[in-house]
Amino acid sequence: MSKPEELKYTKTHEYIHPGAETIVGISDHAQHEMGDVVFVELPRVGQKLEKEKPCAVVESVKSAFDIYSPVSGEVTAVNDAVTGEPALLNQSPLENGWLFKLKPSNPAEADALMDWAAYQEFVKQAAH
Amino acid sequence: MICAVTDNKLSIEKSDPGRRGLHAKNPLRAKANVPANLRRKAAPRLPELSEFDVVRHFTRLSRLNFSVDTHFYPLGSCTMKYNPRFNEEAAALEGFSGLHPLAHDVCAQGTLELIHDLSARLVELCGLDAITLQPAAGAHSEFTGLLLAKAYFENKGEARTEIVVPDSAHGTNPATASMMGFTTVNIASKPDGRLDVAELKKHIGPKTAVLMLTVPNTLGIFESNIEEICRVVHEAGALVYMDGANLNALIGMVKPGDLGIDMMHLNFHKTFSTPHGGGGPGAGAIVCRAHLAPFLPVPTVKKEGGKFASDFGDGKSIGKVKAFFGNTGVLVKAYAYMLAHSADELGDIARYSIINANYIRALLKDLYPSYSSEYCMHECVLTPGKDMLDKGLKTLDVAKGLIDRGFHAPTIYFPLIVHEAIMIEPTETESKETLDEFAAAMKDVHDSGVADPQSLKDAPVTLPVKRLDEVQAARQPNLRW
Repeated sequence: MSKPEELKYTKTHEYIHPGAETIVGISDHAQHEMGDVVFVELPRVGQKLEKEKPCAVVESVKSAFDIYSPVSGEVTAVNDAVTGEPALLNQSPLENGWLFKLKPSNPAEADALMDWAAYQEFVKQAAH
Repeated sequence: MICAVTDNKLSIEKSDPGRRGLHAKNPLRAKANVPANLRRKAAPRLPELSEFDVVRHFTRLSRLNFSVDTHFYPLGSCTMKYNPRFNEEAAALEGFSGLHPLAHDVCAQGTLELIHDLSARLVELCGLDAITLQPAAGAHSEFTGLLLAKAYFENKGEARTEIVVPDSAHGTNPATASMMGFTTVNIASKPDGRLDVAELKKHIGPKTAVLMLTVPNTLGIFESNIEEICRVVHEAGALVYMDGANLNALIGMVKPGDLGIDMMHLNFHKTFSTPHGGGGPGAGAIVCRAHLAPFLPVPTVKKEGGKFASDFGDGKSIGKVKAFFGNTGVLVKAYAYMLAHSADELGDIARYSIINANYIRALLKDLYPSYSSEYCMHECVLTPGKDMLDKGLKTLDVAKGLIDRGFHAPTIYFPLIVHEAIMIEPTETESKETLDEFAAAMKDVHDSGVADPQSLKDAPVTLPVKRLDEVQAARQPNLRW
């Protein structure tokens, strides 16, 4: 399971796991704020994503949320388990509830994202 | 309670070939001048039923409906109050209903006078200076309001690009901003649900065009810092737009203009008792201060020498936002409602709506805790208690359980900042008996759910269709038979 400290975060609450394969999902804070997730729409394998552009949809009991790609790149895999069982996003956002994997077109983009400490501070600031 | 249902067939499934309501002596035939390639090859597939079959079919369906005329309908933020029948009578008067939209002003004096007088009364009620009655409803009014703001800043030679919206706002506020090409700046509310003035100061500046603020807010709490909020916004050169969806809590008691706002909208189907949605077309209004008045949609109505006439302004108007004078039939209903209440009685609307919401809140406080410990305004935001949440019972289950007990569900999962929100707006037109029955049903939902959680997870069980997969129904609707 990914530890929160190993991930990088966006201001829109997506995370990436910058390992051999870049895994994208939403943070534990995000799933908590959304409430029970009831529907997930993922990009297609092979789809080219642009940094900060909408690439997926997560719908909860409250609302539908666009998911923005943390970095640019090409989708290499999607997590079909979450489309069948959207509750995985609530139960296990960092492990079984990941959304998709991608091959970054500009690996330097990930460096600009927040680390765990910065993200925690960002969440605290937003909630003050 | 709704009637028992044994017959779930569609009319097309009941069809019996050859059965007719009427037997025409000379059935219509395709005219020879319809080209052959445009004629149907086969008869359309329509239900073949007798007149009596059709009457029973639709009467049965209509009895399955939940409506404000059949059920308590505590949908928060929607003000589902009684729609007095005299409104309908007034709108049906031939002088109003029979008027041709293109009739010349001299032939439309009654309708023009009504628009003129309704405008004056609403301007007075809101404590502002000018009004348009053209918008077709609330969101259209918001759009019109931001058009006014845009024209106002363009006229001053200022380019402002941002709309500030608190996170408790109605979804239509950021949607309107986005539709108008503005950037939405979202600000977090304080733990008590109010706008955080310190946070507002951080996000407001020379780029800010408008703060859109709902008063009272969607948590049913009055923005007690409203005067300071307006001052901060005005010091930055921006405008305050009040979302008037919750005016039922203020009507006749508070003039929003006195709070310092620049403009607001009215929803006639909420505060002014005209029908919602399927009851007919809607109507809204933007009421504003003098500095925005030159930009209002035209025509407005002016009075000259005892006669009423269309006024097309001096060329600064944003133009029309709706044909003619808007949906005037709805305006007649709102006018009838205004005339039926004295100034004091308008204040009673707000007072009783506040008392009713607090009564429900007090009756349910041990089972469904309120988001806020304060008294609420015209609506209260509750959540299922810990004993329900611990058994996996959610707000959705409460809503479905209420349907089985003969109540329309409240608004659920809104406002977004409250987890498992149940937003209840009883309105002033419900009796104490109805509120007591509703509270008893909420208690029964709680008690039976805690005793047997699955029974509530299965709700509703009294309707033709049980618990639906609402997401799939919306995402992949099956509309064929």
